[in-house]
Amino acid sequence: MFATVKWRLVWIGLLVLLCGWALLPKEDADGNTVPALKLGLDLQGGMHLEVEVDMTQAPPDADLDDAVDRTLTTLRNRIDQFGVEEPTIQRAGDRIIVELAGIDDPDRAKSIVEQSAFMEFKIITDGQALIAQLDRMDRAIVAAVGVENLRSTQLETQIDLGEVLGAIDSAASITSQDTTAAAPGPGGGTPDSAVRQVAPDSSTPGAAPQGAVPQHSADSAAQDSVTDATLRPLTGMLAAGRVPGEFLVALQDQPTVVAWLDLPEVQALIPRDVTLHWGVEEVPAGGSTFLPLYVLEAEPLITGDELADAGPANRDPTFNQPIVPFETTRRGARIFERGTAQNVNNYMAIVLDNRVQSYAVIRSVLSRRAQIELSPGASFQEAQDLALVLRAGALPLPIRIAAEYTVGASLGEDSIRQGRTAFIVGVAGVVVLVIAYYRVAGVIAVGALSIYVILMLGGLAGLEANLTLPGIAGLILSIGMAVDANVLIFERIREELDAGKTPRTAVDAGFGNALSAIVDANLTTLITGIILFQFGTGPVRGFAVTLCIGILASFFSAIYVTRTLFTIYLNRRGSNESVSI
Amino acid sequence: MRLFRDASYSFLSGRRRAYMLSLSLIAIGVGSVAIHRGLNAGVEFTGGTMLQVQFSEPTNVAELRDVLNAAGITGEQIQPLRSGGGDAEEYLFRVPTDDEAGLEGVREQVTAGLAARFGDAGFEVRQAEAIGPKVGDELQTKATLAILLSFLLTLIYLAFRFEWRFGFAAVIATMHDLLITIGFISIMNIEISLATVAALLTIIGYSLNDTIVVFDRVRENLKKKRKEGYEATLDRSINETLPRTVLTSGTTLTALVALFVLGGGVIRPFALVLILGIVVGTYSSIFVASPALLEIHRAVRRRAGRAAHAAG
Repeated sequence: MFATVKWRLVWIGLLVLLCGWALLPKEDADGNTVPALKLGLDLQGGMHLEVEVDMTQAPPDADLDDAVDRTLTTLRNRIDQFGVEEPTIQRAGDRIIVELAGIDDPDRAKSIVEQSAFMEFKIITDGQALIAQLDRMDRAIVAAVGVENLRSTQLETQIDLGEVLGAIDSAASITSQDTTAAAPGPGGGTPDSAVRQVAPDSSTPGAAPQGAVPQHSADSAAQDSVTDATLRPLTGMLAAGRVPGEFLVALQDQPTVVAWLDLPEVQALIPRDVTLHWGVEEVPAGGSTFLPLYVLEAEPLITGDELADAGPANRDPTFNQPIVPFETTRRGARIFERGTAQNVNNYMAIVLDNRVQSYAVIRSVLSRRAQIELSPGASFQEAQDLALVLRAGALPLPIRIAAEYTVGASLGEDSIRQGRTAFIVGVAGVVVLVIAYYRVAGVIAVGALSIYVILMLGGLAGLEANLTLPGIAGLILSIGMAVDANVLIFERIREELDAGKTPRTAVDAGFGNALSAIVDANLTTLITGIILFQFGTGPVRGFAVTLCIGILASFFSAIYVTRTLFTIYLNRRGSNESVSI
Repeated sequence: MRLFRDASYSFLSGRRRAYMLSLSLIAIGVGSVAIHRGLNAGVEFTGGTMLQVQFSEPTNVAELRDVLNAAGITGEQIQPLRSGGGDAEEYLFRVPTDDEAGLEGVREQVTAGLAARFGDAGFEVRQAEAIGPKVGDELQTKATLAILLSFLLTLIYLAFRFEWRFGFAAVIATMHDLLITIGFISIMNIEISLATVAALLTIIGYSLNDTIVVFDRVRENLKKKRKEGYEATLDRSINETLPRTVLTSGTTLTALVALFVLGGGVIRPFALVLILGIVVGTYSSIFVASPALLEIHRAVRRRAGRAAHAAG
């Protein structure tokens, strides 16, 4: 008998040591010590994103499966470069789940994930192609939207626009006199700017062939707004830009213009060889803010596919604007040379995710190395992030965030503190209750319970499960339930003692008879736990894992540990003493 | 200490009163669900945006509602995280969305509105969640499936371990607990979140657990073939397991009350649902499961009697 007890103690001791070892802080690959019990996002703070590939913009023959895989690779590249500790990036069906623990700027992380980073270099046309079609477009819009609707939505903006156009004209004349204080284009204003080797358009937008044509269109728009504005809805909203092929649209009108340009009737009127792109830079003029709309050649000079490397971001030495240098591939360099050679003195736009990031005039032929200059309002960090996404590559298709979950670090700290207090108080309450009720047997149960807690935490660490807030709740709950097995056994022993059995027989019979109830009760709860794990995500999974490990650990602690401790107690007890239960 | 030593209460004789009590509780719950037009499903299931915001100064719901409406938010729910109703420092905002595109920007809209009123330093977003309606639908299906599947599997397990009538009675008792708890959730207007679903599943597990312990004893006592009726055997089994039932509920409730009081605002509804579930589960293992077993037993015997009569 004694030998068996000894062996049982050895086994229990080994298991406890194993769990203790699993709970020791570990060293990761970089030599940092990491705690064995990893905290879940909800306790540590961080971000959980569920990302979907937007198949609505895909060509009809696109393969979703392949698109998701390629998106996954790109996202993994980007996030690796972003420098998050132990990110989780995995595929779940057609979605990609990105978990970034402990990040302090979720918005920035989100924008790095979301950017398509599809880059193109396109030549800015003189805009004639669009201007020639404006009359027809106006008529198409009137036909599609209806005169009455136009009148009611447009009346105020028409009046504003007349004044604004005047303001732009005067601004243009000022800049043409004062070249150094020029209001440069987004890529302009710096002697060595937008694209290296490309001199900027600091030679004033006014001096460029800032065409009589946009000017004309602006004039006619101004007149029209007075005479019969409603018949020229689109023209009425376009003002001349700073370079040919650039038009300015008041910020508040932009959604309307976007909607009109999206009309199939209007789309059909846009010539095949040009595309329209909005700029990112907001242009202030005459007390209002405008967004530029560019008429670009449809065929890009070169795309991001030909990019070999980008970054690191730095600042333009003279004007302190953030810039991102890049390098093209060998093939890209040849294409670039040929393209720029044909377009010397033309303006070239850098288009990122369909928006014009900046533009500059091409002074000479461009080859392998060049740089992107960000719009004047951009921060250095934006430049760094742009370099990052350009390096990591473009997404094959735009993506959409289907679900997002962020937790601030302070909430996590509060949760841990509250969870710890609730744990201590809850356990203390259970301990008092059990000892008061069962005396020595209660102390035995508490001993078994403490081994249960060690097993449980060791199991969590061993399975590399994250500890979440619902997980802590599961832990506390399972302690209440772990006592159950002990209670079942003790009640049985009491009954057997009542029936007049000797203590040793009563204990044996108690354990034997309680077993079937314990097995059935634990197995059904285990079924629930497994289902929870199967269906749950994130925090709920944490709860399910805790529950399942808890059931196994409580089974072991009640059947094996309690039994062993009880046997020791029976052996040490004086032969005439009654059992304290 | 020893409670309920040699207890011999006649639980089953009072079963009609228990039926009345259970049925009225269920009816109240169903009524509440009907009045509220369904349960208060969280953004996880409906799709939408949730923000947990901590303010540096206490503020109130009316003021926050003004701020949000001025920022162009509609259909919002505002819930203080400290109970007591008046001014609080921490709030939950929920804004439902029913189209994928509407998801983007709600959070920015809310924070911009709050920044305009309280200043950037006046508040902190501690937690934010944005769920597209598609993900929400999926989660809803998953949660329902999880609950149904756990019923099915336990039923199969019990049919295998016991007789089918035990499994049947156990499922009736568990459904009873689930219905009453859902009614309670509706009356208290607790949000159905993933945590609430986890709590419901735990209640299913616990309630089955409790019922099984009693049934295990019933099975054992039936084998002993005492000269007593089915009803007396059931009563005896309940009485014999009564100390265990009460003590286990006691320890579990102790842990849960600690969680409820000290676990913080987010975990509180979860703990509350579990507390009620444990209480109802304990009640049902005594007053619903065994009576259900008795009714099934009698129905089977009557049918067998009729069949024998017809045959004879």
